Amino acid sequence: MPSKLVDKYLREAHLPHIWCPGCGHGVLMRDVAQAVDNIGLDRNKVVLVSGIGCSSRAAGYMDFNTMHTTHGRALAFATGIKMARPDLEVICIMGDGDASAIGGNHLIHAARRNIGITAIVFNNDIYGMTGGQYSPTTPYGEKGTTAPYGNIDRPFDIAKIAQACGATYTARGTAYDAVLTTKLIEDGIRHKGFSVIECASICPTYYGRKNKKGSAVDMYTWQKENSIRVEKAQAMSPEELKGKLVVGKLSEDDFPELTEQYQAIIDRVRK
Amino acid sequence: MGKVKLMQGNEACVEGALYAGCRFYAGYPITPSTEIAEGCAVRLPQVGGHFIQMEDEIASCAAAIGASAAGVKSMTATSGPGFSLKQENLGYACLTEIPFVLVDVPRAGPSTGLPTSPSQGDVMQAKWGTHGDHPMIAIAPSTVEECFKLCVRCFNLSEKYRTPVIFLMDEIVGHLREGIEIPEEGELEIVNRAIPEDPAHAKKPYATKEGSTVPVMAPFGAGERYNITGLIHADDGFPTNSTEIADKQVRRLLAKIDDNLDDILSWEETSMDDAEVCVVCFGGTARSVQSAVETLRAEGVKVGMFRPITVWPFPAKKMREIAGKVKKIIVAEHNDGQMLLEVQRVTGLYDKIGFVGKVNGTVITPDEIVKAVKEG
Amino acid sequence: MSKMEIRLAGTGGQGLITGTIVLAEAGIIEGKFVAQSQSYGPEARGGMAKGEVIISDEKIGFTKVTKPTFVMALSQLSFEKYCYGLDEKCFVLVDDTIQVPADYDHKKFMKLPIIATAREKVGKMQTVNIVSVGAINKILKICDEESLKKAVLQRIPKGTEELNLKALSEGAALVK
Repeated sequence: MPSKLVDKYLREAHLPHIWCPGCGHGVLMRDVAQAVDNIGLDRNKVVLVSGIGCSSRAAGYMDFNTMHTTHGRALAFATGIKMARPDLEVICIMGDGDASAIGGNHLIHAARRNIGITAIVFNNDIYGMTGGQYSPTTPYGEKGTTAPYGNIDRPFDIAKIAQACGATYTARGTAYDAVLTTKLIEDGIRHKGFSVIECASICPTYYGRKNKKGSAVDMYTWQKENSIRVEKAQAMSPEELKGKLVVGKLSEDDFPELTEQYQAIIDRVRK
Repeated sequence: MGKVKLMQGNEACVEGALYAGCRFYAGYPITPSTEIAEGCAVRLPQVGGHFIQMEDEIASCAAAIGASAAGVKSMTATSGPGFSLKQENLGYACLTEIPFVLVDVPRAGPSTGLPTSPSQGDVMQAKWGTHGDHPMIAIAPSTVEECFKLCVRCFNLSEKYRTPVIFLMDEIVGHLREGIEIPEEGELEIVNRAIPEDPAHAKKPYATKEGSTVPVMAPFGAGERYNITGLIHADDGFPTNSTEIADKQVRRLLAKIDDNLDDILSWEETSMDDAEVCVVCFGGTARSVQSAVETLRAEGVKVGMFRPITVWPFPAKKMREIAGKVKKIIVAEHNDGQMLLEVQRVTGLYDKIGFVGKVNGTVITPDEIVKAVKEG
Repeated sequence: MSKMEIRLAGTGGQGLITGTIVLAEAGIIEGKFVAQSQSYGPEARGGMAKGEVIISDEKIGFTKVTKPTFVMALSQLSFEKYCYGLDEKCFVLVDDTIQVPADYDHKKFMKLPIIATAREKVGKMQTVNIVSVGAINKILKICDEESLKKAVLQRIPKGTEELNLKALSEGAALVK
């Protein structure tokens, strides 16, 4: 029996989804629906934009105005939508490669502009759709089909990049902690400027198998045991935090939102 | 003082876009199209529209398409190097059937080339730059007045057929200043995309009515929560792997253009009635050809000009008709023979067609055309 | 039919392209057909710059100057590039800082202190283009003085009106 949340926010005709058993994305999609429901947004005014990859399929399953775009470009399309129609609530769902490799430029500039879009990154540390290649967030030394001898690149901290580039709300949640992650997404949507919620997902099929992380349950258990709330992390040393997931609201700043500033220009120059 | 204003081609393009109802522009600075971005930055907020300078050309194209999906007529402009980058999302707009206008003001040479010099080297890229089989309309202006009027036409065609339209300008007209009479409001026809009235439309947003190849389009936010995807999709807007649907969808996209050639094609013929030699050209090159035709006619040479205004789809039937009447065809263009390929293909006259082309960033002079016509 | 093909050449930053735009505006005010264009290098200042304008009673086909009827050069390089091989009816105007070789034999030739006038009499080098326009209109009689003032005012930055109108009259005064 589907929950009320599924009834209201998912397009049942297009389920079941394509995600593998145990994948974290389904849980995260539910968190997004719950967050929208908690706020009570009018679904007709919500636009959900995604890029390409496993995460991007969420757009098709959710009953909003949905746009499944090109790889990495979700934020660029979303910027056009939000700029042209500031009255719409624009949410982006992206993957880690999507948001920080091919779409990295769009991420940092959306942050710089502080445009009122909520960017949710389903970060599973791997390119899943194409079969397990290492991504910009794959931890150092871990394996992917294109890093058969171990990854020698340093991974990105997406939330930190976003904050450094001007995003006025950044947070990190996990697929394991649905309550926390839902709250972080909810706060991100409520926040006026550009918000980035990095959600640690899990990919048991590729990342898990390639790196001997055990079953999906083992991977969720790892998230549970290695998540550290930001408040607690502040008192810990970098050594103690090594390999841990710092979760919670990481930053919130006050800066005028882009479309509001542009409206002020229109009001000033309109003939 | 009359109503005639001195205006640059790029400026006229901006005014034409506003006249057509464009209320969103996303762009990235690039010579020789930058004045279009600058003009939009000044003018759009004055009419309640929005301008944004994006982080790159790819994003500019994406943002323009996003704005249009939200129901706002939109435009982006670029030059060759940026045109290459925009190809990715141009194809997305073709498949998702989101109208917008992409202005290209080419520059000479491949790569960064000669940034401030004229060229028409993007003819084939306009048609074939984005991957896969897709519909494409490209319109080329040859006067400042046309930069205005044909920009309006680009928007109209884009809205009518739910497809991106390329306004294929060139540096010759883009940076040229001429007198232009700005049309009054209501003087030119403005086409707006058809919006669904039937609530059942939401279930099949890409279904077409009997006798039409163009689905009507709901803007985001109006209550029809539908899905847009760059994957091959069924009438319901959702991805499918059905080979049958893939075939049907791609063929319908192409049919939007192929079934409406009478409406989409446009051209100019000058002194063609008794012409024995026809010079084929487009865009700014027409200015050289016009002068050459005048000079030659004064000397009694029976020469005329055929100028496709709609460059894509290429006016094949008309070209064949002309080929059947004249003794000689000469193609003149600022590239190494791109439209020439199309003229050869549609007429089947390969080696018999003369050619005047330039790739060094200078403009073809009337004398060069005169010489080519005389040498036969 | 009357057709003027005017070319102004000099150094980037002298505002000569704006000069040709003002002349085009003057042509429009007189109800003529005009075509104004330019060519320049990548540098915003210091490179060679060339502005062209055709003013005609009839519709203009080719938009570039092919048989100049008037050429002005404000730099040595532009003099050497554009002031040779001209039709004998073409009027050549050069700044008096240009070193014109003794064997330069173009008949319709005039040398005026354009740069010096902008710098000393008007007091601002940036007005060299408008000084030029004043002189050129006196020579070519494209339009009357009032129309030319209007044309100038349409194409100069706000706040520089007085300065540029002074430049215009000083330019005109150079041509006796």
